[in-house]
Amino acid sequence: MVRPGFDAEVSNHGRALRVVLAYLARRTITLIPLLLGITFVSFVVIQAAPGSPVELMVDMNPDASPELRQRLEQYWGLDQPIHVQYWRWLQRLAVGDFGTSFAADQRPVLDKITEALPITLLLNALSLAFILLMSIPIGVYSATHRYSALDRVTTVLVFLGFAMPTFWLALLCMMLFGVELGWLPISGLQSLQHEQLSTFGRFVDRARHLVLPVVISSVTSLAGLSRYMRSSMLEVVRQDYITTARSKGLSERVVIYRHALRNALLPVVTILGLSVPGLIGGAVIFETMFAIPGMGRLFYDSVMQRDYMVVMGVLVMGAVLTLVGNLLADIMYAIVDPRLRR
Amino acid sequence: MPGTRESRHSFLTLSCVALAMLAVGCGGGSGEDRVAVSAPVDETPAYGDVIVSGSIGDASVLIPMLAGDSASHSISGMIFDGLIAYDKNLSEFEPRLAERWEVAENGLEIVFHLRRDVRWQDGVPFTARDVEFAFRTITHPDTLTAYAEDYRQVERFEVVDDFTIRVTYRQPFAPALGSWASSLVVLPKHLLDGKPINDHARDFGRHPVGLGPYRFESWESQKQISLRANHDYYRGRPYIERAVTRVIPDTQTQFLELKSGGLDEMGLTPLQFQRQTDTAEFQQDFAKYKYLTNSYSYLGYNLKRPLFQDVRVRRAISHAIDKQEIVDAVLLGLGSPAAVPYKPGTYWFNDRLKGPQYDPEKAKRLLAEAGWTDSDGDGVLDREGARFQFEIITNKGNEQREKAATVIQRRLAEIGIKVTIKVIEWAAFINNFIDKRNFDAVILGWSLSPDPDQYDIWHSSKTRPKEFNFVTYANAEVDELLEKGRRTFDRSERKKHYDRLQEVLDEEQPYTFLYVADALPIVHKRFHGIEPAPAGISYNFNEWYVPASMQKYRITDAP
Repeated sequence: MVRPGFDAEVSNHGRALRVVLAYLARRTITLIPLLLGITFVSFVVIQAAPGSPVELMVDMNPDASPELRQRLEQYWGLDQPIHVQYWRWLQRLAVGDFGTSFAADQRPVLDKITEALPITLLLNALSLAFILLMSIPIGVYSATHRYSALDRVTTVLVFLGFAMPTFWLALLCMMLFGVELGWLPISGLQSLQHEQLSTFGRFVDRARHLVLPVVISSVTSLAGLSRYMRSSMLEVVRQDYITTARSKGLSERVVIYRHALRNALLPVVTILGLSVPGLIGGAVIFETMFAIPGMGRLFYDSVMQRDYMVVMGVLVMGAVLTLVGNLLADIMYAIVDPRLRR
Repeated sequence: MPGTRESRHSFLTLSCVALAMLAVGCGGGSGEDRVAVSAPVDETPAYGDVIVSGSIGDASVLIPMLAGDSASHSISGMIFDGLIAYDKNLSEFEPRLAERWEVAENGLEIVFHLRRDVRWQDGVPFTARDVEFAFRTITHPDTLTAYAEDYRQVERFEVVDDFTIRVTYRQPFAPALGSWASSLVVLPKHLLDGKPINDHARDFGRHPVGLGPYRFESWESQKQISLRANHDYYRGRPYIERAVTRVIPDTQTQFLELKSGGLDEMGLTPLQFQRQTDTAEFQQDFAKYKYLTNSYSYLGYNLKRPLFQDVRVRRAISHAIDKQEIVDAVLLGLGSPAAVPYKPGTYWFNDRLKGPQYDPEKAKRLLAEAGWTDSDGDGVLDREGARFQFEIITNKGNEQREKAATVIQRRLAEIGIKVTIKVIEWAAFINNFIDKRNFDAVILGWSLSPDPDQYDIWHSSKTRPKEFNFVTYANAEVDELLEKGRRTFDRSERKKHYDRLQEVLDEEQPYTFLYVADALPIVHKRFHGIEPAPAGISYNFNEWYVPASMQKYRITDAP
């Protein structure tokens, strides 16, 4: 009696695994043409924009001769038809070579991205953590003390933060904390004497530089997430099982934090999941204000300079991460929801 | 000035150029606005301290001939040196790596005698071979440089001995001497020979070895570049031990950093200069300076358009524009109206010319002579049923030009000319409008080199696509004057040609010359020895110092 059942279970597991693997393989294969399509369209679209890196270098510069223009075009392969350029780019990409920047520094695209990416990741991760740390307590408090004075005050503050232009808030904070009070550095990621500091000193220095950027970049999202948390919490406390918990005589504390909060968090987690691909994206204005060399400025500057190689590099990174993110999400769904497996 | 002559960057980054730390060769002649320094106890020059400057953009490559941006040139200009240099008045030359030089009577030959006591920062002696190497490199067809033209005029480059160079030109070329007054043509042969210079952008270009007053220390991409004083500099050790340039793209942030002590020097915007730096606190800690930049803004007319072919019409528009009003509105008064394409106060400037003065009645008379009257009484001039209207285009990102266009629009409306304004992103602006001659009038700017040659801008042969006489100005006398000007070495003789050129331009108004803006640097007061001159303030940076008692940073590690 026991053995057949056991066998059946093994074969069930094996089949499930095979199904998942097959699904994974199928999805991965379909990703390749999708990625090719994305890169091709991007390649064509950025070249369709008026101007080229050569023109931006030599236009309106009487010192630059027509020969220089030609030489630059040859040097960068821009004299070739676009499909040839794309094919060459693709060939290099296939061996992991993202090419060299068209800017005068001629640095490898990968170097530029790997310089900017960690900065952006760190900032975004920190501000995501900060948003969670702030918005959940605010949301819970607002829900449990609905229409109290503090609820109203936080609501007003949070919406103020949401409505205020980030660059303006940043300037105000720089003036207050950087100039008037002198508590925090204004811009950049480290101070001039950073190298001479002890390990702990460096950590503190870095942390002090991060305070303003992290807090200010969080302010906008804070409003959304805390309001979402509040309404989700309000929704949950109306449910029967909360009434049951209360009627069992549990303390309000246990009811809220053990029973209600967990369920109220579910939709918030979904929203968080959606914001993960955004971790590699930078905000141009914000990075410019704080003199932070992140992905936003790298991408913006490259587009303005028509530095096709860097633009393509950043786009490929973004596309791959988004596609992989989607794939992972689909796999999770597939595991959770048997109907999707087929 | 490393050949940023009339460069594109004067457009894109007109406001930025002034911000760059050693705004290369930037400067002007008049009205230094220096706040008096209260006398400290001990002011003797001392070595040490650090100067931290703000730059709105990172450098790209520190090999001068490969760089196109002002940030790169201002930093590499401190690491390298030229054979000769313009003096602080931007009129005469003074020795640098060449201790003396001779120009032959016929102007075809220049001989440079180099100093024998100069070493590269790695200890290798500097010789004529290094100049020859750089000359061959910049004129090599594969080198991706925008600065080769002046050197291509050279017929023969000879190394007479290790410390003597003879350059022979095909025909007399007056801008020649100026071309050797730049750090473009001195490179360490022993470090660079053997592979194309373009491939050095990534290695040598990111940690150069020069022979100038400062040596390269470190470069954190998009964050900061740090230079260290060259104690063996042949003209004497610079006082300030370290020069750090921080990349801070936003001028508001730069200003707050300045206030909080994070920056020692930056270029102010007119608003910051006029309204935000007048507190007692500021005046105690900082000194502001003001001098004309090396560039002017203009309203250029597309002379292919029948509307602008009548000189009376162009003169009428010039008379209808109040240039002082533009300076007051756009630059908050920090600049001066322009009448000719030369900088007021410099040698080549024709100071007899004042340009068409603001006189709307005269403008109306001129237009009436040209047949333009308001016959239907709708407030807009017309002729043979056509209304007098045109469009001014300018590039996006230059707020001053947009504002100037608006002021002009209102003044022209007053005399019955209807103007529309279009602001266009740079690349589209050049490709779809300037290159295709698809515009009525344009507001742009040119930057000026110390040499007066403006062949590329005004000569009638320079009207092909991508060339710079895009308004299609053609005048036989101007062509001749430009050619003569290039061939005349005698300064006073040469000036006559350019004086006359300015007269013709003043008469014909192919452009309405609008204004020359002021550079507005601000420097912390602990820095002494700053002497404003037409070349600006940074020409004698090596002589700036901080008295020992006032030094802010201690430099601990040995150089």
